[in-house]
Amino acid sequence: MTPSSSLDTAGAAPHDEHHDHHPSYLVDGTTIKSWLLTVDHKRIGVMFLFFILLFFLVGGIFALLIRVELLTPGPTIMDAMTYNRTFTLHGLVMIFLFMIPAIPAVFGNFMLPLMLGAKDVAFPRLNLASFYIYLTGAVFMLWGMLNGGLDTGWTFYTPYSTHTTTTVAPVMFGAFIIGFSSIATGINFIVTCHTMRAPGITWFKMPLFVWAIYATSCIQVLATPVIGLLTVLVAVENLFSFGMFDPARGGDPVLFQHLFWFYSHPAVYIMVLPAFGVMSEVVSTYSRKNIFGYRAVAYSSLGIAFVGFFAWGHHMFVSGQSTFDAGVFGVLTMLVGVFTAIKVFNWVGTVYKGAVEFSTPFAYFCGFLFFTVFGGMTGIALGTVSLDVPWHDTYFVVAHFHFIMVGATIMAFLASLHYWFPKMFGKTYHEGWGLVSAALIILGFNATFIPQFLVGNNGMPRRYYDYPERFQALNVASTAGASLLAFGFLIIAFYLTYALVFGEASGKNPWRSKGYEWVSESPPPTHNFVGPQVTFPEEPHFYVDPKKAEVPDAV
Amino acid sequence: MQSSAHTADGTANVPRLAAHFASLEVQNHAARLGMWLFLATEILLFAGLFVCYGCYRFLFPEAWAAGSRSLDLFWGTVNTIVLITSSLTAALAVHYAKEGKNKEVGVMFALTLVMAMGFLVIKYFEYHHKFDIGTLPGRYYFYEGMQMPGITLYFTVYFCSTALHALHVVIGMTVLAVAMVRAFTKKDFGPNNYTMVELGSMYWHLVDLVWIFLFPMLYLV
Repeated sequence: MTPSSSLDTAGAAPHDEHHDHHPSYLVDGTTIKSWLLTVDHKRIGVMFLFFILLFFLVGGIFALLIRVELLTPGPTIMDAMTYNRTFTLHGLVMIFLFMIPAIPAVFGNFMLPLMLGAKDVAFPRLNLASFYIYLTGAVFMLWGMLNGGLDTGWTFYTPYSTHTTTTVAPVMFGAFIIGFSSIATGINFIVTCHTMRAPGITWFKMPLFVWAIYATSCIQVLATPVIGLLTVLVAVENLFSFGMFDPARGGDPVLFQHLFWFYSHPAVYIMVLPAFGVMSEVVSTYSRKNIFGYRAVAYSSLGIAFVGFFAWGHHMFVSGQSTFDAGVFGVLTMLVGVFTAIKVFNWVGTVYKGAVEFSTPFAYFCGFLFFTVFGGMTGIALGTVSLDVPWHDTYFVVAHFHFIMVGATIMAFLASLHYWFPKMFGKTYHEGWGLVSAALIILGFNATFIPQFLVGNNGMPRRYYDYPERFQALNVASTAGASLLAFGFLIIAFYLTYALVFGEASGKNPWRSKGYEWVSESPPPTHNFVGPQVTFPEEPHFYVDPKKAEVPDAV
Repeated sequence: MQSSAHTADGTANVPRLAAHFASLEVQNHAARLGMWLFLATEILLFAGLFVCYGCYRFLFPEAWAAGSRSLDLFWGTVNTIVLITSSLTAALAVHYAKEGKNKEVGVMFALTLVMAMGFLVIKYFEYHHKFDIGTLPGRYYFYEGMQMPGITLYFTVYFCSTALHALHVVIGMTVLAVAMVRAFTKKDFGPNNYTMVELGSMYWHLVDLVWIFLFPMLYLV
């Protein structure tokens, strides 16, 4: 049985004559050392998953603390300084420790070699190193946050960040170290795409998730060094007062903002492009159709990566930028919307006349589409200078980026967690609970952030500890939504943990997906493929007529 | 650093093919591509400082002119020549490694290291002079001879960029020293196994290249 033909017997229990000699990666070595010193991309991906979920929990708890504090005007559960530290920690943990590595380091690591028919990524040891670099950076960052705590917000704008007495240096140093992890992962994935593709997988036969990860890696490699330098400069400035961004010595804080957003705006696409890639896979699988406009989706990933580098000025419309600059950056921002719209139309075109199987990942796809379109449209509005000026630094902006960046990424993270759960662990989860929690999370997300759009539009500034009475109703609504959201995540944690321990074996390909990653066993053996070189005669997600495909063996 | 360290290990022993690569050629290609990408990140790391330089030069042209004139052009030029020559010997090491002449590889890297050391010594005396007269960054500046807006910023940029460059010199020296020791002891570089020499040398060229930009920016214009 060759792996490519075994795709057609989808859903059957894994049966392979080599099975005894090639145990799955999960049981090939069960000592702690065999996990901690592994160079297997799959194990590294699983270790990343564990810590990323842990940091997601930390960031989430701090989000809830913020929401509880904002339940009433004035002090509710903490003082103002603690509040400042809490929202800074929420931002830093969620961005640097959760969202940036979430999809690339976990699912990119796990799926990329499988999707390219490779045995591993190009530099397995660098891959392991990037995991430990990430942990080291996380330890520095969290240690700094617990010992003093940064109160600048995650953007650490100068001159405040260079003068504040809270712990700037360890947190900056942590962010610097995590940057190296991000760069190492990016280099590894780019080289893997260039050199490790199995014979027959041409550039335009690569799965769209790989394209998205490739574009993401380009951003990681090109943008991260700049923030690395900047974090060091801010830390040095805070410790030694060199005056690089200190107006008292002629330094220019706006220059800091330029350099900061030169990384941090593309970083938004580091977070959201992998999400787009996941969705291209999910929508094909559950619509049982090849993606509509494959090349358009692939090129638009690169397009977003490229244009994303030239849109950073839209964060600085009120920072003393010239009107001309603001106009140029506004127009370039719209281009991101064009590329994203291309993707949205293609996803919708894929669902059209497909044989849709409405399972949990598809439910997240629907939520994703809503958040992307709604959040994207508010982004277009915010990219317009005249509208951004009154909305700047209000809750409208908070709600906007939680919709497009957080909403889309979390939808994709959860979709991939469910879609690839059988691939990674060979177990099935409870579909009913999956749909219930998906509904809770999508509703909870809307209930949390739609009030924030409204309260921001009414003029409530972001990051404020206190607010006037008239904003309270909407803040209560937002906190209620956040509780709903937390409840949804709790359900997921329960049933996925249950599935991990007691779940039924899923078989090789429970979704009957024709994505390349399902060619190997689930969970795959240590070197992914057993026997001779695998071939990939068809393009990814090559389904026959969807009507026929509803019957599994109609092919 | 990680990628260079890794590729250094990746080709340890005789030309060895890691299990996940299709062929040695692909493996070396991957190592080279990885190194090029890593060098791109290094250039972007310095690019941030170049942007600071350009921005503040535009804001404080007089301070920039005065600061630039206060540097020691003679020793700066000597340092540039030293570093460019060290890049030549590093390139020759690659040439010899391809021919399997391990002794020459070691000698060339030794020469490179000597010149790198010379560069750092000259840099040390330049720094020492600045600490003496007080042309230092930010609040540490106490030189009476030049007092104008932005002059402390010039020395902030000067010290940040040259210190970052010096750090890269030290890292490059470490990489080359490892390759040199291997050329002298294991003697296993040859036509099929010179990736480590090549990548180390590439890194050294980057160190050189950054200086070629820093020298005119800080000393000449």
